[in-house]
Amino acid sequence: MITGAEAIVRCLENEGVEYIFGYPGATVCPLYDKLTKSSIKHILVRHEQHAGHEASGYARIKKRPGVCMTTSGPGATNLITALATAYMDSVPLVAFTGQVSSELLGRDVFQEADITGAAEPFTKYSYLVKNAADLPRIIKEAFHIASTGRPGPVLIDIPVNVQTDKLDFYQPEAVDLRGYKPTIKGHAGQIKRVLRAINNAQRPVICVGGGIFAAEGQKELQQFCESINIPVVSTMMGIGAIPTAHPLYMGMLGMHGKSIANRAIIDSDLLIIIGARVSDRAVLLPANVSKNTKIVHIDIDPAEIGKNLDTFIPVVGDAKEILRQVMEEEPEKKSVEWTDALKAAREMLTLDYEPRKAGINPKAFVHLLSRTLPDDHIYCADVGQNQIWSAGNCEVRTGRFLTSGGMGTMGYSIPAAIGAKLAAPDRAVVAVCGDGSFQMQMMELATICQNNVDVKIVVMKNNKLGLVKEIQRKSYKNNESAVDLTGSPDIVAIAAAYGIPGRRIDSMDAAEEAIAQMLGNKGVYLLECVVDENEPSM
Amino acid sequence: MKHTISVLVENKAGVLARISGLFARRGFNIDSLAVGTTEDKNISRITLLVDGDDYIAEQVTKQLNKQIDVIKVRKLDQEEITRRELVLVKVKMSADQRGEIIDIVKIMQGEIVDISHTTLTVEMSDKPEKIDLLIDLLSPYNIVEVARTGTIALQKGAAIV
Ligand SMILES: Cc1ncc(C[n+]2csc(CCOP(=O)(O)OP(=O)(O)O)c2C)c(N)n1
Ligand SMILES: [Mg+2]
Repeated sequence: MITGAEAIVRCLENEGVEYIFGYPGATVCPLYDKLTKSSIKHILVRHEQHAGHEASGYARIKKRPGVCMTTSGPGATNLITALATAYMDSVPLVAFTGQVSSELLGRDVFQEADITGAAEPFTKYSYLVKNAADLPRIIKEAFHIASTGRPGPVLIDIPVNVQTDKLDFYQPEAVDLRGYKPTIKGHAGQIKRVLRAINNAQRPVICVGGGIFAAEGQKELQQFCESINIPVVSTMMGIGAIPTAHPLYMGMLGMHGKSIANRAIIDSDLLIIIGARVSDRAVLLPANVSKNTKIVHIDIDPAEIGKNLDTFIPVVGDAKEILRQVMEEEPEKKSVEWTDALKAAREMLTLDYEPRKAGINPKAFVHLLSRTLPDDHIYCADVGQNQIWSAGNCEVRTGRFLTSGGMGTMGYSIPAAIGAKLAAPDRAVVAVCGDGSFQMQMMELATICQNNVDVKIVVMKNNKLGLVKEIQRKSYKNNESAVDLTGSPDIVAIAAAYGIPGRRIDSMDAAEEAIAQMLGNKGVYLLECVVDENEPSM
Repeated sequence: MKHTISVLVENKAGVLARISGLFARRGFNIDSLAVGTTEDKNISRITLLVDGDDYIAEQVTKQLNKQIDVIKVRKLDQEEITRRELVLVKVKMSADQRGEIIDIVKIMQGEIVDISHTTLTVEMSDKPEKIDLLIDLLSPYNIVEVARTGTIALQKGAAIV
């Protein structure tokens, strides 16, 4: 017989878990006690929210569920924002929370919080474990549920006594959940209809979302759009699905997107949506989609199809699999006129990369930064004006662009970068954030130092909550309210206090050299870029 | 429009909370929800009456299907099902009203299940419309309490969910 805690550790080892991002407390002490005897490395975060974000960054790069762990009560509630962020962006996580002893449940004892209840809207599934003997089955199911179908966070809440109870370790070979059988292959009849729609279309466009990464279908997408000559636009979550410099890529669409991408959607007669939610913000749909545009929607989650947009041909299944199925049917190559016109219009777009009188040009800067980084670099963008500058100007080649798309959670970029770097130690990882969001995550500098995580951090300092200030300028008669960040610390000095090298630049003249210095530095580095407070997002 | 949806779920703690949470969150209007065990003790059946257009009915069905603990969801065709609801109505009355009330109950094929000097409790199991009618007929008297179970339904003939 072994204890529940030993069983948990054994299950995690069986799942091939390398890292746990967590923060201890009384109700997870049995588990932490057994963890020291395991090969699994524990990363001590400085706030539970970041445990979730770090697990998220790790999961998105490793393509395996990220694991995080907190104590009961406040530890668990501190995790909720990260669960919600992962849920909205379909990131696979397995989150463990300690819980008070099971015989005390429901009595509001010290550090008791109904976390399965509180996190219910933000988890794909959750468990409150009542018997230690169930742990091996539950953990196996949790990894399966988190990583298959439409991925998402799964929460396992474990009372402290269940961690010390004894069990005969038995883990079932296979997961058997009769209510959960995700569809992978597209329905043959629907594939035929897609084929006909493509062949009949004059002006087809593909709109790709984050689902393509979950399906690991980037290669298939590129083959598909190249072989039949269809232009591609993406949601924010879909950035990098094909290289951003690819001639067929028209950019991100939506409210903060490229005009040419929105134009392509409006003018299209066939819109093929792949692994995207068709949400309001990112896509500026459905208002802009003409009634004559036929919509093909490919998604692994049937509940997304037809939710926000009338769909002509729904196809449920894995994006990569379905793209293969459609290609096997050999759709006709589309006329060059439509595509060429879009390509030409794209060439005409003037990029606003001129130097500024005061401060750096953030668009030019992120462009330069991403071009200087190796092809497979991982770019983690935060939220705010800085996210829009990054999304619109960062060049993704074979790497990834990670950001909090659905939830828009400030404070995501640095923890996500930590997780990503641990998942891919050989790749360059950079986090770009604002001065507001930096202060929501700067405690993670300690996590970085403690674990020698080589991430590069860029802080866009405009001394404002820039995006909100911009909203106030446009829609509230410039009445600036609670957006001034006066009182913030000297960011380079903060880094220095952690022993992190860094510098500040306030002109594009220094950008190239500063980027070289940052990337040339072995280990973590922080670069503060001064940006004028009136610099617009677009 | 009213839709009747039959849902087979795992008989586990927390399932009902998840499902009712889902309705609240997504703003689905549920007229009635009846839950009980089935021939298999591990499976419960939830019968839902949903008010809304076809879009709403489809969204409810899809969101339910997405739940891990939901085994099957079937939107039932009103014409092809047997529907039943059970009601208990307590009426306060004077001695001279008793006869009239008993007549109504007889005509409606209900049953008097409890009686006191001042009250009668009527039980009836029938289609929800008939239940509505019973309540309507009793409303001129002093109805002091009503308890309805919500509709349950099964398909006619050999068909099963
Ligand atoms: C956790 C959280 N709180 C509040 C917001 C609302 N919000 C969106 S952008 C923004 C300003 C961000 O400021 P900063 O990080 O300095 O970036 P900037 O816009 O200046 O580039 C705020 C407050 C949010 N998205 N997330
Ligand atoms: Mg700012």
